[in-house]
Amino acid sequence: MTTELFVQYLFAGITYGSIYAIVAIGFNIIYNTTGIINFAQGEFVMLGGMISVSLLPYMPLPLAIGLAVLITMVVGALIEIVFIRWLTSPSVLRMIIITIGISILTREAAVHIWGENIRSLPYFAGNEITTIGVLGARISPQVLWVVGVCGVMVCTLHLFFKMTSVGREMRACAANRTAAILCGINPRNMVTLSFVLSAGMGALAGCVMSPITYTQYDIGTGLAIKGFTVAILGGLGNSGGAVAAGLLLGIIEAFSVSVVPLAFKDAISIAILLVILFVRPHGIFGSGEAARLKAF
Amino acid sequence: MDGETTSHPDNKANYEKGKRMKKMVSKVMMGAAALSLMLAPAAWAENIKVGAILAVTGPASFLGGPEARTLEMIVADINAKGGINGNPVELIIKDSAANPEKAVSFAKQLIEEDKVLAIVGPSTSGETMQIKKIAEDGKTPLLSCAAAEVIVDPVASYVFKTPQKDSDAVKMIYKEMNKLGLFNVAVLADNTGFGKAGAEQLAKIAPEFGIKIVEKESYDTKDSDLTAPVAKIKANKDVQAVINWSVAPAQSIVVKNIRQAGWNVPIFQSHGFGNIKFVEVAGAAAEGVIFPAGRLLIAADLPADNPQKELLTQYKKNYEAKYKENVSTFGGHAYDAMVILEAAVKVGGNDRAKVRAAIEGLQNLPGTAGVFSFSAKDHNGLTIDAFQMMTVKNGKFVAYSGK
Repeated sequence: MTTELFVQYLFAGITYGSIYAIVAIGFNIIYNTTGIINFAQGEFVMLGGMISVSLLPYMPLPLAIGLAVLITMVVGALIEIVFIRWLTSPSVLRMIIITIGISILTREAAVHIWGENIRSLPYFAGNEITTIGVLGARISPQVLWVVGVCGVMVCTLHLFFKMTSVGREMRACAANRTAAILCGINPRNMVTLSFVLSAGMGALAGCVMSPITYTQYDIGTGLAIKGFTVAILGGLGNSGGAVAAGLLLGIIEAFSVSVVPLAFKDAISIAILLVILFVRPHGIFGSGEAARLKAF
Repeated sequence: MDGETTSHPDNKANYEKGKRMKKMVSKVMMGAAALSLMLAPAAWAENIKVGAILAVTGPASFLGGPEARTLEMIVADINAKGGINGNPVELIIKDSAANPEKAVSFAKQLIEEDKVLAIVGPSTSGETMQIKKIAEDGKTPLLSCAAAEVIVDPVASYVFKTPQKDSDAVKMIYKEMNKLGLFNVAVLADNTGFGKAGAEQLAKIAPEFGIKIVEKESYDTKDSDLTAPVAKIKANKDVQAVINWSVAPAQSIVVKNIRQAGWNVPIFQSHGFGNIKFVEVAGAAAEGVIFPAGRLLIAADLPADNPQKELLTQYKKNYEAKYKENVSTFGGHAYDAMVILEAAVKVGGNDRAKVRAAIEGLQNLPGTAGVFSFSAKDHNGLTIDAFQMMTVKNGKFVAYSGK
């Protein structure tokens, strides 16, 4: 394999991987505060892309993206307040089924609002055929945007959870809900906040990736499956693990093309998921001991 | 989601209105019928029931959406003009979401419960192949809007299709390649029935034109980035041209990824590229893509003596005025199905077997895909002349005039 081809595959893998990682982190944020998997996470990505495309004719691109992220955050908050907040000690299974329902509902609403057509934002820099050379390989500048924005998001999130008091309160709820309540933290607000955060992250990712991947009302499901695989692979709740696992899966998928036909790409990622679930059910980077203490 | 589409609220209103109208009409008719019983046998105003199984939602919604809207529009037009032979047309659209199992159960329901005269659709080749036998056994004419050649080859007596033949599209592409001196090609096809059938035809016909397929890949319709397979094909220095055979939005991603890789290879696409949306999302990368398609896309530029010109401009104008979106060849396939059915019902009346026979007898009927002439052996009715090579220039479809 030439260096050129190697770099080309590598960048393709990093692009897929960053997107998977962002969706996985969205899963993790909600998992950490509620202990459930929010299967509507992919829909937040779709909403971000769709809303920003709709806003674009009326305002400049950065503003459209900003507003789309805000609107999606409000949608995330509403979803939590309307469907989850008022439940008194719901079981994990019940909440998961609620999120699946929300996911279907959002998708159907989207097809009625935006129709079944594909849409996309314009490229942030240059156009569809602009490329930059890296070690003989050629990549679109948008790839750098995706990787850059995902990187910044992960770092910001890390600092938020480590440095700010709200972030620490959210982590406290994740660690021990009862103790957090005794310290005067309202866990319900933290759950709403986690929905808002993950909706915002998903929406921003949806905007940045839209020029490359397009947005359609039903892209959420596919993303959720890949994101879920990555979240499990990295260890549920572990954001650093999600990034590493996302990049790993993306790069494996990209390089697999050189060995097996493209059609097997998804088979490979699902096979990896199965192997991990059999061998290390708590993920590559997760802790087995911590996993045993959790309900799900 | 339920089968009946309700995507346009005004349709529902129209439908309700239609129902009320029908009730009124039927009351008047009952009176008339009572009278006519005493006199002589007269024409009964019975509804002509037409079923449609279309992928209005789901992964093939870019086919089924325009098809369903087109059918609703043309049926409303026919009824406004007093129906066919004085009988109003009743349209029953079922949304299969491109799911073959759903298509099968809808086909059974339409044939056995609704007792429709004929079925328009399905939108995709995979679904059509699943219900080919059901239509044949149920002795109900099926006018498929899907492209794969296997739908009408071998011929099933009740199964027809309106889009042009894959093999003709392949021949058009290979002819152009011969002219341009391109012989080693890479084939990228999607993994739908259309993509698979196209890849088979490409491989089968290649030797006739001295063309060699040196690279072959298939991609998923949901793939969102295809940089990796493009890099693989590009690494093969023998490749002189790429044929990208798909009917899904992913085909635009292939085009984009090829150009992003800084690769200036000639790109040929199938007639599945005939939706301006695919050009819009591929942007500058779509410039210069060469593909065969029906003349609907360049209706305004056609010479005045073209037999299709009037119908094409009319359909384009009405559709775009009514739905505020660009017309695509896919909606045209449903349009043709209804035009064919209308012509056949005029001859055969409201009878499945007679309509079937009447379709086989239709000659020189202009449609959006081409000029149809059916026979007992040819249930597609189109020749290679239905295609015209086109290209993309400044974000628009224009006729391709060679190098």
